[in-house]
Amino acid sequence: MGKYTLGIAGNPNCGKTTMFNALTGARQHVANWPGVTVEKKIGVIKSGEDTIDLVDLPGTYSLTAYTQEELVARNFLVEERPEVVIDVMNADALERNLYLAVQIMELGVPLVLGLNMMDEVRKSGKNIDSEKLATLSGCKVVETVARNGKGTSALLGAALDLAKEKRGEWNPLNITYGPDLDPVLDEMEKLIEANGFLTDKVPARWTGIKYLERDEDVIIKGRMADSDLSSTLETMAREVAAHTQKTLNAQPDALIADHRYGFIAGMIKDVVSYPVLDADRISRSDQMDKVLTHTLLGPLIMLGIVYVIYQVTFSVGAIPMGWLESLFGWMGDSVSAALPEGHLRSLLVSGIIDGVGGVLGFVPLIMFMFLMISALEDSGYIARMAYMLDRVFKIFGLHGTSVLPFIVSGGIAGGCAVPGVMATRTLRSPKEKLATIFVAPYMTCGAKVPVFLMLAAAFFPENSAAVMLMITLGAWVMALLVARALRSTVIRGASTPFVMELPPYRMPTLNGVLIHTWERTWEYAKKAGTIILGISILIWAMMTFPQLPQERLDAYDALRAPIVTHLEALDENAPESVRAPLEEQLAAVDNALAEESIHHTAAGRIGTALEPVTMLAGFNWRTNIALTGGFAAKEVIVSTLATAYSLGEIDVEDTDTLAQKLVNDATFSKASAIALIIFTMLYAPCFVTVVTMARESSWSWAAYSVVGSTTLAFGLAVLAYNVTKALS
Amino acid sequence: MKDVFCLRKAKVNQMLKIVTVSAEGELGRRIRDLGLIPGTECKVIGKAPLKDPVALRLKDFTLTLRNSEADHVTVSLLED
Repeated sequence: MGKYTLGIAGNPNCGKTTMFNALTGARQHVANWPGVTVEKKIGVIKSGEDTIDLVDLPGTYSLTAYTQEELVARNFLVEERPEVVIDVMNADALERNLYLAVQIMELGVPLVLGLNMMDEVRKSGKNIDSEKLATLSGCKVVETVARNGKGTSALLGAALDLAKEKRGEWNPLNITYGPDLDPVLDEMEKLIEANGFLTDKVPARWTGIKYLERDEDVIIKGRMADSDLSSTLETMAREVAAHTQKTLNAQPDALIADHRYGFIAGMIKDVVSYPVLDADRISRSDQMDKVLTHTLLGPLIMLGIVYVIYQVTFSVGAIPMGWLESLFGWMGDSVSAALPEGHLRSLLVSGIIDGVGGVLGFVPLIMFMFLMISALEDSGYIARMAYMLDRVFKIFGLHGTSVLPFIVSGGIAGGCAVPGVMATRTLRSPKEKLATIFVAPYMTCGAKVPVFLMLAAAFFPENSAAVMLMITLGAWVMALLVARALRSTVIRGASTPFVMELPPYRMPTLNGVLIHTWERTWEYAKKAGTIILGISILIWAMMTFPQLPQERLDAYDALRAPIVTHLEALDENAPESVRAPLEEQLAAVDNALAEESIHHTAAGRIGTALEPVTMLAGFNWRTNIALTGGFAAKEVIVSTLATAYSLGEIDVEDTDTLAQKLVNDATFSKASAIALIIFTMLYAPCFVTVVTMARESSWSWAAYSVVGSTTLAFGLAVLAYNVTKALS
Repeated sequence: MKDVFCLRKAKVNQMLKIVTVSAEGELGRRIRDLGLIPGTECKVIGKAPLKDPVALRLKDFTLTLRNSEADHVTVSLLED
């Protein structure tokens, strides 16, 4: 009986996630590793009387300090000292997969090797002698096929046995790194041992290796522990580096890598044999690539696939989205019926139900999109998309994989930036990811479409289709240019290397895709109940308070009273020609009240206060209120504008009357319309997107994007307004 | 001694053997992590529609790299 912590490590594309799912089922807990946006998954397994915490480490090829994922994995091993690590390996590429295993062995953590994808190995006619591998590596070896669950419980059993046997004892593997490095390393090891330098956590020799590799993370920790010894070690490393550079034209880290591979090659030459080398399966994948990445066909097929994802997400996803909308509509109506008119009802209906309902309404979209993206990712196609588009995106400082977030966000008009920003998770390069997150919301999302449609129809009735196309293309141009600008300034730096694996095409497993989709969807839905609820209430309050003083309300009542009396006094059979004008008068009074009320609220006052500045771009106070409301959700722009133009409640679909009002408004010219289009395209994303951005990067980056994008949007709007005015 | 040339110049479907990898830092580490070290046999099996990056086939798997990254790798032709 006991409690054990096991880590599960492995390369990307080795089936590690499938293995983790097979071992833990649905009993997983997803969080982030402290301080970084790398996902941490923990599964709790009961095995007999033992309880096992299985921690899923990020997929990595190595244990250096170059990426967040690798640092997270390494620090987990060092700081939390799991009893055993399971290394899931793609046995079909054993040599490369052993490179990570050897680094874990150098650290000394008890290790079990899971030779995964053994079905593919057998199919390709390769033979792996796993007993021999166990003897040569000194690790337990278990053959598995995670996709169908074969060998998974044996793997867990072996890990548990090892944990009980080792009881936290580490036995680091010593391998030779050649005649130039070995003597220095021995000397370092002695110094480190003698001083007890970092030895409470890691083996002395391992620290030495990291100094030779110039590993920043270890060196910084070393300096903090003992700066004198650290500088001695740094000098030793520098001297031997100068020597190897001169004699072998190589840095120590390259030599160490070569020797690790040498050690692996020595191990596997007796383990892997090719009785019948049948390169058929690999060549099948290569054959598919001949078509799918073909110079002409490749991009065409990619367009087709993107189009299908898009269509399915936004047409099939719209059906359950409609159900949710009806559900929240019904909830709103029921609450309205049950409660008397007043602040409580307004808060519940307009603030909470509409706000949270609007956010939960996206859930079906997110579900469908991740269903398809997970399937594409597991199939290996996403890597091909990145491969084909990298050349174009590299020019703008982005990565080939950036295309997916762009398209989902509305690269084809009508997407949504929330799943778009979430799709940046497929980007493994931090700088490119930040830039992509920043500019993806520029795309024409479904909520911006009505704004553009209304303005195009009102001010460019002859060419509204052409205007819509220009807006969609303009969004792409702006996104790419701003990304380029960001990558040359705030997130400057060499592009992340594109060296990456093109995994063979595989059929995605239903189970894996479903679990993945569920995680993303749940994570999003959880937010609706917390932070988004709070912001909804805040925005509702800003557009409701302060209310008109009593004497103004009385004045409106005084205006209404005679009309109402007149209406009530009418005979039931009074002709429509008598009744209609009275009802119109009543509506006019109500609209005037609505206009004055919103002008009086905090949002209205902000709008009015901003008018002197925003008139530079041709925006009057009414436009300002609408744009402020647009921060809650872009759908609100048209309806708020309508309220501010004293039209009362209007249907978003029916924008004709509002368009007419705008055209007739002397303070709102064609130049204002162009400026408003540009501003709406670029300014602060809606707050749901902002929350998602913060989740995928950091709050400061999200805030920076809100301020930066709004400033840029305003600058360009002013420019467009004045240029258009000068030309017309 | 056979001719040693830059991986960027390699033609599609030539059998190659890596002679040197001169990249340092993060790029060097990534290249080595994926098993591109001297002595490895490889073959360029395709190029992206805009001729960059390229797909490189190693014994057990395929990887991609940009032309600018291939500049750090030299290769020689392997006899058939």
